[in-house]
Amino acid sequence: MRTTALVKRICLEMFRDKRTLALLFVAPLLILSLMYLLFNGDTVKPKVGVVNVEQGLIEKFEDAGFYISKYQELNDAKDTVVKEELDGLLQQDKANHFTLTLLNDDPSIAKQLQMKVNQILTTYTQTVFTNQVQQINLQKVNIETAYVYGSHDTVFFDVLSPILIGFFVFFFVFLISGIGLLKERTTGTLERLMSTPIRRGEIVSAYLIGFGMFAVIQTVIVVFYAINVLDIVLVGSLWNVILINLLLALVALSLGILLSTFAATEFQMVQFIPIAIIPQIFFSGILPLEGMAGWLQWVAKVMPLYYAADALKGVMYMGLGLGDITFDLAALVLFAFIFIILNIFALKRYRKL
Amino acid sequence: MSVSIEIENISKSFGKKQVLNGVQLAISEGKLYGLIGPSGAGKTTLVKMIVGMDKSNSGFIKVLNKQMPNLEVLKDIGYMAQSDALYSSLTGKENLTFFASLYKLNKAEMQKRISYTASLVNLTNELNKKVSAYSGGMKRRLSLAIALIHNPKILILDEPTVGIDPELKIGIWNELLRLKKEGKTIIVTTHVMDEAERCDFIAMVRDGQILTSGTPDELKQLYHAKTFDEVFLNAGRLEA
Repeated sequence: MRTTALVKRICLEMFRDKRTLALLFVAPLLILSLMYLLFNGDTVKPKVGVVNVEQGLIEKFEDAGFYISKYQELNDAKDTVVKEELDGLLQQDKANHFTLTLLNDDPSIAKQLQMKVNQILTTYTQTVFTNQVQQINLQKVNIETAYVYGSHDTVFFDVLSPILIGFFVFFFVFLISGIGLLKERTTGTLERLMSTPIRRGEIVSAYLIGFGMFAVIQTVIVVFYAINVLDIVLVGSLWNVILINLLLALVALSLGILLSTFAATEFQMVQFIPIAIIPQIFFSGILPLEGMAGWLQWVAKVMPLYYAADALKGVMYMGLGLGDITFDLAALVLFAFIFIILNIFALKRYRKL
Repeated sequence: MSVSIEIENISKSFGKKQVLNGVQLAISEGKLYGLIGPSGAGKTTLVKMIVGMDKSNSGFIKVLNKQMPNLEVLKDIGYMAQSDALYSSLTGKENLTFFASLYKLNKAEMQKRISYTASLVNLTNELNKKVSAYSGGMKRRLSLAIALIHNPKILILDEPTVGIDPELKIGIWNELLRLKKEGKTIIVTTHVMDEAERCDFIAMVRDGQILTSGTPDELKQLYHAKTFDEVFLNAGRLEA
């Protein structure tokens, strides 16, 4: 009953605080939409200058979606690239010898351009060669690609979005629950609570339930928005996605409340973000873990977001069922359990009983 | 007359700093007891220990014959801290209701106590306003009302009159005297010497020790002083 009173009060305070509500429910949707638009933008056509390149080849380039500008003899290729705002400049020095000057202000664009130019040059010279030597019948190589997960339409955002959903749930729940209990500490109301016959466990469970309810609503909104409005790939079951996120929210809740014990002000709570939140993003699977040093991979294993991201990616992108993600779910439950126990002990600072 | 609070040889240190050193006090039922001393003397620490929020390094505290900390006894203690400790986004009534439900008062009792304590501190007409719109004095009064909401036998007020205007100060003191008549045991901490006169018993606290204690008249006689400032100074000199 004391827990109920506390839960009621938390809800009442939440409803009075429209801005926090907006942060909890609208902000994740806003950022998710923004990311969606950013990652699903059309690829920009590269601008390539050509010098002394034969017409047939230029046509091939144009077919591949390049903007081609022709130039006469040049003295300084690099200078031209910069002045003409080109992504690359292709010069034919002699037969079968080309020089490609890349702007390389963005390595990924440059690499892509280089690859495409190489590809086109190879196929072009091959066709020219086969045309010249008709009698030798060169077999054209065809590659068919099959995908285990996803399809040829798969974009990076499809893999990223499950992680993002998990991250937003984690981040906002962490922040709001942490600051919620912190406010109670700084205004002295926690002390006052401790002068009533309430038990420490009752306070912790009230916070878990009170903020948990908002976390549930947030999770459901974010998941439904991502899947129905943004049309993010969901191969597996929607209920599994919600289950994973709820467990993650529970971890975030208990971690937020726990860390708020070690913060004296709201600002100090925000200081935990680079320590407790940002590293989790790195280890959540946005960057490939396989390439990391062995001990770094172990670091990933103590991060709740790693398990949640793994499970979310498994369900949403690979279509795994509940049985395949049991380990991840168990890890999340374990995290939440540890944090909750620690919370009850942390409140001992306020009353020994 | 029974003893409602028994403080037995309490010592407490935070790290190297000794905050309380062998404090010994017995507080009788139905008396208004003043803990008087400068800021940093250890009054708040002592009061927190009585409520059970802090643990002593040695010695023990018994409240209503039960050793603290004890959750059951907390039902009989009303505690008002130095800070107002209110939920500012809630109304006065919501604050009172919340704390009343922590003491598990039933609906009818709750209604009765809320209207009673609100009228006691003169906030009946402001109960539906948000606390954030309250003035400093109103917050103090609401804080007092919360400490009284469950009709506790013991009332512990940590600096209840700091930073409020003289009129309200007199109001609060009159209220305390009235509550005393109801048979409540009241402990008030203050660093304002002129409030000492109104207490039944006084304990002067300095550097974590009780310098002296007794009724106001006893103390004045003992230290040949006219005012409590003098009592405090003389007692301090004697100690040194």
